[in-house]
Amino acid sequence: MRILVAMSGGVDSSVAAARAVDAGHEVVGVHLALSRMPGTLRTGSRGCCTIEDSRDAHRVAGMLGIPFYVWDFSERFKEDIVDDFIAEYAAGRTPNPCMRCNERIKFAALLDRALALGFDAIATGHYAEVIRDSEGNPELHRGEDLAKDQSYVLGVLTGEQLEHCYFPIGATASKAEVRAEAAERGFSVANKPDSYDICFIPDGDTKAWLADKIPMRPGLIKDAEGEVLGQHDGAMTYTIGQRKGLGIQKPAADGKPRFVTGLDPASNTVTVGSRADLSVSHLTGIRTSWCGPVPADIGAEPGTAIDCEVQIRAHSDPVPARAWLGDFVAEAPEHEVSPIVDEVEVPAARPAGQLMHIDVDEELSGVAPGQTMVIYRGSRVLGQATIDRTAKDRLGV
Amino acid sequence: MRHCSWPKSATRPKIERVPIYLDHAATSPMPAEVLDVYTAELARRANPSALHAVGQAARMRIEQAREDIADAVGAATSSEVIFTSGGTEADNFALKGLYLARNGGSFDAPARPRVLTSTIEHHAILDSVEWLETQGAEVVSLDVDAEGRLDLDAALAELRREPERTAVISIMAANNEIGTIQPIAEIGAAAKELGVPFHIDAVQALGQIPLDFAALGATAMTITAHKIGGPVGIGALLLDRAAAPAPILHGGGQERGVRSGTLDVAGAVAFAKAVELSTGDLEHRAAGFTALRDRLIDGIESTIDGARLSGRRGRGRLPANAHFTFTGCEGDSLLFGLDARGLATSTGSACSAGVSRPSHVLLACGMDEDTARSAQRFSLGHDTIEAEVDALLEVLPAVVDQARRAGMVSATPRWMQGAS
Repeated sequence: MRILVAMSGGVDSSVAAARAVDAGHEVVGVHLALSRMPGTLRTGSRGCCTIEDSRDAHRVAGMLGIPFYVWDFSERFKEDIVDDFIAEYAAGRTPNPCMRCNERIKFAALLDRALALGFDAIATGHYAEVIRDSEGNPELHRGEDLAKDQSYVLGVLTGEQLEHCYFPIGATASKAEVRAEAAERGFSVANKPDSYDICFIPDGDTKAWLADKIPMRPGLIKDAEGEVLGQHDGAMTYTIGQRKGLGIQKPAADGKPRFVTGLDPASNTVTVGSRADLSVSHLTGIRTSWCGPVPADIGAEPGTAIDCEVQIRAHSDPVPARAWLGDFVAEAPEHEVSPIVDEVEVPAARPAGQLMHIDVDEELSGVAPGQTMVIYRGSRVLGQATIDRTAKDRLGV
Repeated sequence: MRHCSWPKSATRPKIERVPIYLDHAATSPMPAEVLDVYTAELARRANPSALHAVGQAARMRIEQAREDIADAVGAATSSEVIFTSGGTEADNFALKGLYLARNGGSFDAPARPRVLTSTIEHHAILDSVEWLETQGAEVVSLDVDAEGRLDLDAALAELRREPERTAVISIMAANNEIGTIQPIAEIGAAAKELGVPFHIDAVQALGQIPLDFAALGATAMTITAHKIGGPVGIGALLLDRAAAPAPILHGGGQERGVRSGTLDVAGAVAFAKAVELSTGDLEHRAAGFTALRDRLIDGIESTIDGARLSGRRGRGRLPANAHFTFTGCEGDSLLFGLDARGLATSTGSACSAGVSRPSHVLLACGMDEDTARSAQRFSLGHDTIEAEVDALLEVLPAVVDQARRAGMVSATPRWMQGAS
């Protein structure tokens, strides 16, 4: 097969490329230039996007004897990932830019280009597995190393995309093993630090970065009853579930700590409440997609829900849940939108698609609209939706 | 352990590679004659500033090289040839050195803050000018037409506006991406009359069009060896005897005291040989390039829809340059397709990160970003033969089709269309 390996310059994609070569494929390495103004040297715990990272990838490709190119996706990345990230925050939601990048760049724009240029598939250094069923249909599964598992951020892939995806290191027992293999192969990136931060935020300080992009307007901090408890400098810098740095002088009546329970961009209000107020038992998602066929047994009524597990963050534990489908909607359900959004460049509205309803058995805490809920059955990823709203009580029985 | 879904290929496919090099404007490979004098000199190496006989012999060889280069480009004396590490250094030196010299050696309160340059210069010029701006210079960017040729009337008007406040004007002899030749004789005549130092970046023009430093009315002119088959790491700034730019490299006082550093005899000797080979029979050489270039241009225009020649046609264009935009193709995809078939080309000019961005030259010609992204440059050299041009013409239609199917980055990916 002709395989394009997306090489970030990190240890995982380097070993992925090496394994693709070892497996006998015709391999080409491509480094995605995602920043219009890439830094010269890597800083902090960002794992890609500097010229140094591109050179690291180039060096590994050279050692493997494969052609290597840098392709410029910076315009797309700015429009689809960075501007979307800002717009989502401005609208009071919490986006996951890595998922957006997988959905719109790596496994969309890049995959499109690769297939058109004659490649059969792309491979990346993600910790996840594509397992073909007896008929050859791909299923997405968690990576072997659960501590490193990245199936969550790949939950946006459709079956059609998965047909062209390989994750050569997904079945490796641990990251340590990948590093050891890189060292054995003589890759200088064997000990490169892991990346945790968002690649386009240089110093990892998301709040300060956002404050620079989104006009900050002071507003009120209130409790659920509407009593004013304090002031904030801008609602966008708060996160659902946040406890520290609220700056509330007046203690709660019950003496217990307060948490951010809601962000209302329209009125520029931050709502706080008790830990119990953070708990939700129902999630409604928009823009539902499936990693393969829609599960045959899922229905459109709570009574026809399927049993599954839902995961709401990249590294949170999955919780038992029941999922059923809602309506197809052309636009996301109406929200009061912050006037701030007018001042931020917002990408064109995307269709909300099919709604997905989830009831969970154990209450979830700190769920913010904009987060992605990925549903699993065991190790297999079934699909995902973007959380649009939450409810304290279950909708089903 | 779960079963591995990674399919195995029985044998590793071999790619047949017939390397055809059509990127001479980036670096042109060294002809055997140049390689011979270069390696011979490396074996003889001595410091030409040394006072002993071996040093003196080395001095003789580098001075011979200097004279040969001076003669070939029309310098009045060999003292006008200042060896540098290459074009970028010569460009930086010319602009910064002349700017300082025109302003009493200081960036404070410049009496002549104006720096005139075109919008399509090489980054060695543009970024130097941008830096000068941070030091207090007033930068005037001169526009070009859709074919990348300087708007001469506007340029002359700017030059005449405040010559007494102008430090330097810098215009390239020919553009490195699209090959358009600039009216440097006209600029030189006016600059000389007005007493404004004129710098020419002649890196791409050397060996393709006649260059007569003295006749052009220039104060300084940049040339470099590796574009004409000399070694990377040596170039020269032709510098009028009367000009005394501020030194950029301080040290042992070599090269008229303005460019210190131990002289590279081997580099200079090889450079001189490359200059001799590329300018010795310029008319014949240029005619050969022109015939191949026009074969390439005609071939592309007659076989590929949506291919559009950038820059000028005929005598207004460098003989060894062909540059096209291909509607609906990413330059990266074209380069990939050609490289996979063993043809080395370029999306424009190489940059440090290896990323091709919409070229400032093409944007300055009025192209939109998508068109600018669809560019591919084919540059010929001393060893290019007709069969190589024909090989390009044979594979290009399929490569363009493929690149067109791959589409533009700005288009919405298939997977995102009509998502429901």
